[in-house]
Amino acid sequence: MTGTDRISLALCWLFAIACVIFLMLPIVITLAASFTSSAVYTLPPPELSLRWYQSLQQRSGLWDAVKLSLNLAVVSTLLSLILGTLAAIAVTRGSFRGREAIATFTVSPLMMPGLVVGVALLQFFREIGLRDAYTSLLLGHIVITLPFVMRTLLASMAAFNFSLVDAARTLGLSYPRAILQVLVPNLAPAYLTGGLFAFLASMDNYPISIFLTDARNKTLPIKMLQYLEEQPDPSLAAMSSGLILLACVVLIIASRTVGLNRMIQG
Amino acid sequence: MIRRAERIGFLALPGLSFLAIIYALPLFMLLLKSFQIDGQFSILEYVTFFSDNYSMSVLWRTLRVAFLTTGLALLIAYPTAIIMARAKGIWLSVFLVAMVLPMSVGVIVKAFAWSILFRTRGVLNDTLMSLGLTEAPIRMLFTETALIIGAANVFLPFMVLPIYTVLRQMDSRLPEATVSLGATPVFRFMNVTLPLSLPGVVAGCAFTFSLAISMYVIPSLIVGERQQTLSMLTARSFLYLRNEALGATISSILLIIAISVVLGSSWLASRLGARQ
Repeated sequence: MTGTDRISLALCWLFAIACVIFLMLPIVITLAASFTSSAVYTLPPPELSLRWYQSLQQRSGLWDAVKLSLNLAVVSTLLSLILGTLAAIAVTRGSFRGREAIATFTVSPLMMPGLVVGVALLQFFREIGLRDAYTSLLLGHIVITLPFVMRTLLASMAAFNFSLVDAARTLGLSYPRAILQVLVPNLAPAYLTGGLFAFLASMDNYPISIFLTDARNKTLPIKMLQYLEEQPDPSLAAMSSGLILLACVVLIIASRTVGLNRMIQG
Repeated sequence: MIRRAERIGFLALPGLSFLAIIYALPLFMLLLKSFQIDGQFSILEYVTFFSDNYSMSVLWRTLRVAFLTTGLALLIAYPTAIIMARAKGIWLSVFLVAMVLPMSVGVIVKAFAWSILFRTRGVLNDTLMSLGLTEAPIRMLFTETALIIGAANVFLPFMVLPIYTVLRQMDSRLPEATVSLGATPVFRFMNVTLPLSLPGVVAGCAFTFSLAISMYVIPSLIVGERQQTLSMLTARSFLYLRNEALGATISSILLIIAISVVLGSSWLASRLGARQ
């Protein structure tokens, strides 16, 4: 190693450490702010207290919002996994033209402005007379979750040896059974990774949901921004800490089963 | 076998028709609507938008913030990705957790945390004052700088990870080979590492830029109503002003920008791929 090498490497390390601190900062701040005893955000907290966690019980409609968000995230992720499996098999194994374009199209909602998709869905559902808020939200959330699932499934199926499925077929399994018993277990890491990111994206979505809710069906992000406008006390930090805890649980499951490095490259 | 390979294509139908009806068709109708007034073709809404000083200033602010956010994220991400690609063991785990945990936490929590940090009587100002760097608290919340810092923070993992993935796949002996051939570090970086990592840089920049151009939660929590962006103007025209024609026009402009970023970056990526 030359001198220039050492200096530039040290500089890169400096950036990398700063980057880690920068990335963790909002999470640490939220956790610290949630345990404060004071009624405003003062950091470090003057005294540790759980009062803002207790106050969550008095927030009207919070539990309903949590239930609706979990419901939407689970159902839309499961439906996306089914639709995504079929589409990814077709793209990987099919011999028709335009497979590249289909792959790009199914992943493209990731890069489209969420708010614009929300507006478009609002007008479209109004046009076709769909008034039920839950159904509209669910359809919208499948558009959110499907690209996450497609991205990981397409990548992992490209590397999957499909002769395993053919072997299972010669042993007498029907095609659907061969997919379920051979392909899906073999690609379990991809299903878990794609599914988890899809789930978290649905839980966090605001820009699409805001156009599809009604007074009775409010998702957690919508409710949180509403609280923030009406009564911005540290109980919001307590709510956020709950979401951070959820993310930690999801990540522990993922790192134990898939491994973090595989998770981000899937 | 050939027959089955063709039949297998039908498996894509449920997913494809879903996205065609519930995603592509509504976006297409929105685009169509923005070119219509009372059922007649018209570009009047666009003319009004582009000749209005206020909407132009919002457009420029949105583009400027997205560019600066992408630039700041790239500046922090590139050295980090280089270190990450070389890291092993516990350090690699630290970096991976630092990327994946914030990605999993969600935008609302992070944007909210930044709004606490940037408060006039917030942590940042307290730190600055106790260090003696400033006498009086600086106003940070509601400024464009605060928005760019917050946005870069939220989108940073999406910039680091594609670059990291490309660098990790790069044969680590390649730079060493150039050294044994007598290349200087600068020459090696400019002619080996940088060109090979460009596909990752393009992917990261395209993704970050398209997220930054259309972000809504982050600016509404950090800068508020005073400094509108295109997304906030869209939301306002639909949810409060009930001016759907204006909303449709602005959303179409955002949509066109997003589609050009997607097409442009995939064109660039395929050209870079062809060159190697």
